[in-house]
Amino acid sequence: MIELQGLTKRYGDKTAVDNLTFTVRPGVVTGFLGPNGAGKSTTMRMMLGLDNPTAGNVRIDGKHYAQLSEPLKYIGALLDAKAIHGGRTAYNHLLCLAQSNRIPRHRVDEVLDTVGLTAVAKKRSKGFSLGMGQRLGIAGALLGDPEILMFDEPVNGLDPEGIHWIRNLMKGLAAQGRTVFVSSHLMSEMALTAEHLIVIGRGRLMADTSMAEFIEKNSRSYVRIRTPQPERLKDVLTAAGFTPVTTSDGTFEIQDGDAAQLGELAAQHQLVLHELSPQRASLEEAFMQLTAESVEYHAGGVAPPPGIDGGAAGMPQAAGQQAPQQQWGAQWRDSGTGKGK
Amino acid sequence: MTAPAQFPAPAPFGGGPQQPQYTSQFAPSFGSQLPVEPTTLGQAVRSEWTKIRTVRSTVWTLSVMLVLVIGINLLVIVPINDDNDPTVPVLAPGLFGLLLGQLAVITLGVLVITSEYGTGMIRTTLTACPKRSRVLTAKAIVFFLLSFVTTTVACTMTALISWSVLSGKTPGGYDLHGDHPGVVIKDGVTSASGTEWLGATIGVGLYVALLGLLALAVGTLLRHSAGAVSAMLGVVLLPLLVAIFLPSGLDTAREKLVKYSAPNSLASLYHFPMIGDGDQNGVPQLIALAVVTAVLLGAAYAALTTRDV
Repeated sequence: MIELQGLTKRYGDKTAVDNLTFTVRPGVVTGFLGPNGAGKSTTMRMMLGLDNPTAGNVRIDGKHYAQLSEPLKYIGALLDAKAIHGGRTAYNHLLCLAQSNRIPRHRVDEVLDTVGLTAVAKKRSKGFSLGMGQRLGIAGALLGDPEILMFDEPVNGLDPEGIHWIRNLMKGLAAQGRTVFVSSHLMSEMALTAEHLIVIGRGRLMADTSMAEFIEKNSRSYVRIRTPQPERLKDVLTAAGFTPVTTSDGTFEIQDGDAAQLGELAAQHQLVLHELSPQRASLEEAFMQLTAESVEYHAGGVAPPPGIDGGAAGMPQAAGQQAPQQQWGAQWRDSGTGKGK
Repeated sequence: MTAPAQFPAPAPFGGGPQQPQYTSQFAPSFGSQLPVEPTTLGQAVRSEWTKIRTVRSTVWTLSVMLVLVIGINLLVIVPINDDNDPTVPVLAPGLFGLLLGQLAVITLGVLVITSEYGTGMIRTTLTACPKRSRVLTAKAIVFFLLSFVTTTVACTMTALISWSVLSGKTPGGYDLHGDHPGVVIKDGVTSASGTEWLGATIGVGLYVALLGLLALAVGTLLRHSAGAVSAMLGVVLLPLLVAIFLPSGLDTAREKLVKYSAPNSLASLYHFPMIGDGDQNGVPQLIALAVVTAVLLGAAYAALTTRDV
């Protein structure tokens, strides 16, 4: 159990973490979600006593981190990928951690086996791939067989197999009754692993709910209609009291109606429909909506068109298949020869 | 995996109402299978010993130190012996290698802490041992003992080599008592006094290990390998350089700068000082360095315990 109480961190006049209060409960995977720069890593560093909070505090089972006598046996943490001295072998890295917390030597072999690094245990971690470095970090987190596990962006840069492995590992750890706290900036990733969700944006708490509740509350559903007679359909819909929204590719989105009702209405007026489909906005979109105002560094450019969430529908049909690829290749070749000669 | 919880039930803190317990199908209790005891400095020292012996930079810097100290001693002892010039104290040829060898120890002292900042390992270290002053103490103990033992062994070897070559010579025609107080003539032949032996072995070992400890403190303060090594090069070389360019009105300052500079301090420990009269043994310089090191280590403790990592 981790409890945060009014946790605040300021750098000069910039507030990185703003009055965060929440509890991470045992037995579930708690997702800690926020866009880049929202304060996730800062919060996690304060939880581990690495950064001093400007105000508020963090308790782990009622104690401050610095008061834990053998902290690796309470909390295992995977911080950003390489908090590891590259010149030391995987085995020796884990050994020096084990010795500092009176963890028996056989645990080193055990966790190396758990993360699948036994074969490279005697290799310097400098030569490790991102995925192997991540596994070594996780081995360090598991070393003390801790009650609480914290992972900061564990799937960053991993291949699909590695991502799958980490997902199952986290679920397994939570199933043993451990507290698992994992940060990410990818909603889709959280939807697959987390049962509980804490969302922050610009250091502020935006949501602290169960995943199911978050999905229920935040996902927008609507019906999409495509027709060769858009003007007539719009009149009919408006007359019937609906508010159709025209998207960039000429389809309508109707938020306040169900597909059957709208289909019957079109039939009554003998309108031809090419598409009539109930849609559900993705969780990614819900997350982006929630944190829209709080995103710190917007990409400098235009906002995406409103219809972009429906998968490939936003792409112009005629040129869609070939034009982008050609441009891509041409650009690459141009720049390649330009630089080479 | 349902061991009895070994953690005390968390007390609701802040006086606020207890958060509602999250309902889950899993029992919300998990205790580590490993028994928890209060940690001591001993664990931190063991951990730091593992760290220092398992990186190449330790092996490299100490090997370079050994090669420089012993190699240069062998090189300089040949011309000194050929000249049959007893103006150099018998054990002093060890100085020339050590002037370079000390830089290797300084580099290691800096790297012991800055390599952790450079790689991010410091976050892992301080997560494993949140008592930061204990981490620095353990590093200081392990590094100081290692560098002291290695330097003393190297210097004892050079002292023995020098002794075997240069002792027992009959001096010819020099006024030894006026200009060369470090040269000992016993029963008409060159020899070395007890304090010279002490200075040329444990004395210089202690001085160089203290310089390394100072480097560890500077590394902790600066958190940057190149910056800290440069700063320490300044500490070692600048006093002599500044002394050269001081105007003639500041002769006392110049003398102090030269006297307490690292090269002259080591030379004094060999009873072979660059300036000054009388038999200097380097003890004041050793004490001065110990004081400076203690002050900067204090600053390093203060910085490490209050700073964000």
